[in-house]
Amino acid sequence: MNALIFSALSGVAMMFSGILLHNKAAIRNLAIVLLLAVIVANIAELRGVSFFNINTAGLMAFDSFALLFSTIAAGATLVFFLLSGSDMEKVGSNFSDYFALIFFILCGVIISAAFQSLLMLFLGIEIMSIPLYILAGSDKRNLKSNEASLKYFLMGSFSTGIMLMGIALCYGAAGSFNLTSVAFDTAKIPVLLIAGMMLLLFGMSFKVSAAPFHFWTPDVYDGSPTVFTSFMATVVKAGGFIAFMRLFAESFNTIQGEWKLLVAIITAATLFVGNITAVFQQSVKRMLAYSSIAQAGFMMLAIYAINSDAKEGLLLYAAAYSLATIGIFAVLIRMQDYTFDGFNGFARQQPVVAAALVIFILSLAGIPLTAGFLSKFMMLRAAIANGSVWLVIFAVLMAAVSVYYYFRLIQAMYFKERTSGNALVFNASPAFTYTLVAVAAITIILGLFPSLLTYWLYF
Amino acid sequence: MPINYYIFLSLALFIIGIIGVLTRRNVIIVFMCIELMLNAVNLLLVAFSKMHHLAAAGAGNAVNNVGSEGQLFVFFIMVVAAAEVSVGLAIIVMLYRNTRSVDINFLNRLKH
Repeated sequence: MNALIFSALSGVAMMFSGILLHNKAAIRNLAIVLLLAVIVANIAELRGVSFFNINTAGLMAFDSFALLFSTIAAGATLVFFLLSGSDMEKVGSNFSDYFALIFFILCGVIISAAFQSLLMLFLGIEIMSIPLYILAGSDKRNLKSNEASLKYFLMGSFSTGIMLMGIALCYGAAGSFNLTSVAFDTAKIPVLLIAGMMLLLFGMSFKVSAAPFHFWTPDVYDGSPTVFTSFMATVVKAGGFIAFMRLFAESFNTIQGEWKLLVAIITAATLFVGNITAVFQQSVKRMLAYSSIAQAGFMMLAIYAINSDAKEGLLLYAAAYSLATIGIFAVLIRMQDYTFDGFNGFARQQPVVAAALVIFILSLAGIPLTAGFLSKFMMLRAAIANGSVWLVIFAVLMAAVSVYYYFRLIQAMYFKERTSGNALVFNASPAFTYTLVAVAAITIILGLFPSLLTYWLYF
Repeated sequence: MPINYYIFLSLALFIIGIIGVLTRRNVIIVFMCIELMLNAVNLLLVAFSKMHHLAAAGAGNAVNNVGSEGQLFVFFIMVVAAAEVSVGLAIIVMLYRNTRSVDINFLNRLKH
């Protein structure tokens, strides 16, 4: 509750800061301070100190799972502000509004981590999506950005419609929007509930871009301003998965037989489509868009398994994936050329940045000693505990495929010379480099001691 | 009236909406079809709300507010739909300013 209220107020404060402050650095610093306040308030609540006494029984429950995820999401946003905050000003003139919108998105993420009622699920997802439609189109003169924004908007509201139909049918069967009252025992499952559950499954798959509902993702991620793609592909996607997880763990856990196979097919399809298509991309930005689909496939394994391993794993996955992807995007934003060839000879010019980038890439590919390895490992362990060996074997094969396209970036940076064309232009301030190295260090620390994070879930 | 009538009516509206989204080429009409989908859901929610209320009354439970949350949900859908309309129309206007058209075929340009 603390973080939710703080972040909503921060959003309003940022909107006014555009009128009151005329210095861009001041606006950026204000946003960072407000976000720090959100994180501190959230950690205080994790330790049992609640600043507001509001009864949200039946609507939201701020348990340790929700609070821990809010901390991760807010922390990833902080990293995003620190690394890419200054690049937002190149997108358009309404600098402070972008920060305000991001704070509102954070509210949506927190609601969708904590919801206990289908009403709050709907509100959380919408609060998360509507500001993103604006951010996707924030580069107003750029046709690609317009197109991405329109496509995202149409697909987003279409999937909202499908999700709402699912919610309405579940309400018809259960007579209440509470997650626990939607949970039926296996003896007598109403047809309405099964239909509603299917529609909810499709709607949520749209939101987290799982195949075969992923087709909008590459275009939207490619067309949006790169700064906002970075946020969209990490914090928002992880928020969608947390909502997905809570919905299926608390409502539809009892009727697993009805959706297990379908989710397994969606998982396998997502892994396959994401990884295989990413291999053929020439642009790093588009490769990252497909890689985000591939990573979504791994996160779908948690939905498939639904046990305590899966919960822990999903939290760790959200942290590992968000940090690594935000790091890679932060470098990509400052490049002139988004193709793989644009990175040729990068290591020679920027050895420190390149080394940090290698750690992020290794984490995404799931190489040991990084957070990405352990989170993938926990996902696979959860799926095996649930008795699905074939899905796990398939996931490992697909992870092996992913190594190819991730390592192409390393190969370009370290083993290829810049042959012709324009020289590599890359401005990295010392602060940027240090932050990047710190994030890379966190990625490795989480890979060595994941209990630093998951410990908070149990006390 | 039996609840099935309401279910079939709103499913019919919903499917008309889906078909419209998938086949029409004008962005505004696609957008109207999405609104039609949302309103089909509203209709269904109100019908279910009444159904649960009648069921509770028939069982002899003297609870007046059973089923009221379904109607509450409708208000939330209306508010969110209004927020979506304001953002969506702004996006469409932005698109029109840049391309002088609201044809959805425009969306296929990103593929290349």
